Amino acid sequence: MSETDDQAPATSSSDDWSWLSRYTAARIALGRCGPGLPTSAHLGFQAAHAEARDAVLKPFDAAGCAADVTARGWPAIVVRSRAADRATYLQRPDAGRLLAPDSEALLSEPRAPADIALVVADGLSSRAVQVNALPVLDTLMPLLAATGRRLSPIIVAAQGRVALADHVGELFDASASIILIGERPGLSAADSLGLYLTWMPRRGRVDSERNCISNVRHGGLAPEDAAKQAAELIARMFKHRAAGVSLARLPQLPAPDGS
Amino acid sequence: MGFSHSLGGTTYRFDDLRTLLAKATPPRSGDVLAGLAAQDAAERVAARMALADLPLRHFLDEAVIPYESDEVTRLIVDQHDGSAFAEIASLTVGAFREWLLSDATDARRLSAVSPGLTPEMVAAVCKIMRLQDLVTVAAKCEVVTRFRCTIGLPGRMSTRLQPNHPLDDPKGVAASILDGLMYGVGDATIGINPASDDLDTMLRLLDMIETLRLASHAPIQSCVLAHVTTALKAIERRAPVDLVFQSLAGTEEANRGFGITLAQLDEALDAAEGLARGPAGANLMYFETGQGSELSSSGHCGVDQQTLEARCYAVARRYRPLLVNTVVGFIGPEYLYDGKQIMRAGLEDHFCGKLLGLPMGCDVCYTNHAEADQDDMDALLTLLGVAGCTYIMGVPGADDIMLNYQSTSFHDALYIRKVLGKRAAPEFEAWLAATGISDGKGELRFDPARLMPSLPLLGAEG
Repeated sequence: MSETDDQAPATSSSDDWSWLSRYTAARIALGRCGPGLPTSAHLGFQAAHAEARDAVLKPFDAAGCAADVTARGWPAIVVRSRAADRATYLQRPDAGRLLAPDSEALLSEPRAPADIALVVADGLSSRAVQVNALPVLDTLMPLLAATGRRLSPIIVAAQGRVALADHVGELFDASASIILIGERPGLSAADSLGLYLTWMPRRGRVDSERNCISNVRHGGLAPEDAAKQAAELIARMFKHRAAGVSLARLPQLPAPDGS
Repeated sequence: MGFSHSLGGTTYRFDDLRTLLAKATPPRSGDVLAGLAAQDAAERVAARMALADLPLRHFLDEAVIPYESDEVTRLIVDQHDGSAFAEIASLTVGAFREWLLSDATDARRLSAVSPGLTPEMVAAVCKIMRLQDLVTVAAKCEVVTRFRCTIGLPGRMSTRLQPNHPLDDPKGVAASILDGLMYGVGDATIGINPASDDLDTMLRLLDMIETLRLASHAPIQSCVLAHVTTALKAIERRAPVDLVFQSLAGTEEANRGFGITLAQLDEALDAAEGLARGPAGANLMYFETGQGSELSSSGHCGVDQQTLEARCYAVARRYRPLLVNTVVGFIGPEYLYDGKQIMRAGLEDHFCGKLLGLPMGCDVCYTNHAEADQDDMDALLTLLGVAGCTYIMGVPGADDIMLNYQSTSFHDALYIRKVLGKRAAPEFEAWLAATGISDGKGELRFDPARLMPSLPLLGAEG
């Protein structure tokens, strides 16, 4: 570094009201250079967007996820939706809601029926599943096992939307389904997981018939707490034999993956 | 009756007007998802050629959704002004494009013809226009509206300050408002999307903005973008509601999905007039639209998303809104896949809205699952600025922390005003100078001392 670098003139101006940031996480008081953003704020935005984009686009390692699940002692089956690739998945939500023919055939083989169908799907953030699915299952599985209800293997699905659990639940003739699915990343969080619970999961169910637990991540709703909420909702579903708005105590949110 | 056109030895047939319009539309994911898009590029251009040959008069004889089953169609037919239509009644869609582009067609002639246009005519000509055509014609349109500020004057470009907060915390919202005001943003409206659509939240936020307005003497008009039924309850309580907001769709069925009917919108306008908060003749409503919302609510009735979007504007114009805004990239990649589709749709919507006489703004935006980034937004923003877009959004750092999508920032507003020499609404500009937020030449000063009169909002800390 030369002497002149040390004495470089200020090239951007700060906004001297950064104390307002105590009231909001919004990007205020960023400063400026002419009409533009200072370089640090400009590239900071790109970093946040890159993290979100990578969460959407990075392929989901379904086999690796299934191996982790099996290592815990829970059976797992890898499937995929009818969306053959990410571009199709993003443009054809209808394809993401149905099992691919080979996966449908696989799940149609004679199996023990289940009361509760369990699904883990990438949704819009493979990273959310990678980071938060196992921590949810670690709390959820013992709680569900303790009810004595029959559980399906954990169906690990690539290119899945929320309603894929309806197709899975139908094949297991399940009374309820739980799907853990990556939510659409925001700039502030790219690893949010959502849990959707459906009573009598069958193809054609609509989102107003589901219960949703959203924003599951470290810094949001803790995975352990989300698992406990899910177990409680399941217990109430079997008691009232219903789901959706009629059962809602937790706020209903629109499906973040646009299902 | 049907339509046909021969191209390259193949004859393409189109069963009806809605099919012809859908097949002629530039490619976008939503029309593919709906099963309405052309099979290939040749069919698409054949449809455009057939459409170009179609007389405008035909649109008065064939509805894309039956009159009997859809109140938006009834509104379109019943509000059609035959004498305004007379000047262009003999034209085909193709000739209408040339008439629009002609140097002889100026702002006055465009606004004289506007009540004679149906949204389907406007959608049709839009489908055979390039981006530069859409820019050229929109830039000629003049649409001026007024509340405390006058919006849409030549050489002006306004901004909606969008200070959303995930918990609707009034102090958090106020912090973003103050940041935006220091950047000279907010002359179109200060418009808050509440995270929770309930009366108490709306009242709390309205009260905060009213306190700010009265303390600062700012010529601002505010809006909490709650459902129209929530706004009606607020008006019953005599809350300080400046603008009544509603999202619109282009079919009766999709509007039912939004929980609205035209009768409810009539009632809302009456109620807002009853409060008499604006000057005489003020424009009192704020609408948002966006291609794909009808398909999203399964209410598209077999019509392509761009034509349906234009039908929203027929609904909007009935209510003489202060502002209309197409939230173009918010809906997601299953409707508009990438930056190219978002850019085209934004310019289409702006053109169609302006031609139908609306004060058209655009939320230049995208979600993280769309194939788009800040470069795409810069391109669309610049094109819209050249096209004379009435207003854009101003979101702190372009990052809406409540709705989780990226829009335009306060800095973007500075950019577009600077490179195109655009200015804020005159009343707002005068207020910025009077408070010292800007200097005598209109340059912003970024002096934090100018925030002080507003500090009671935050409990006078700092």
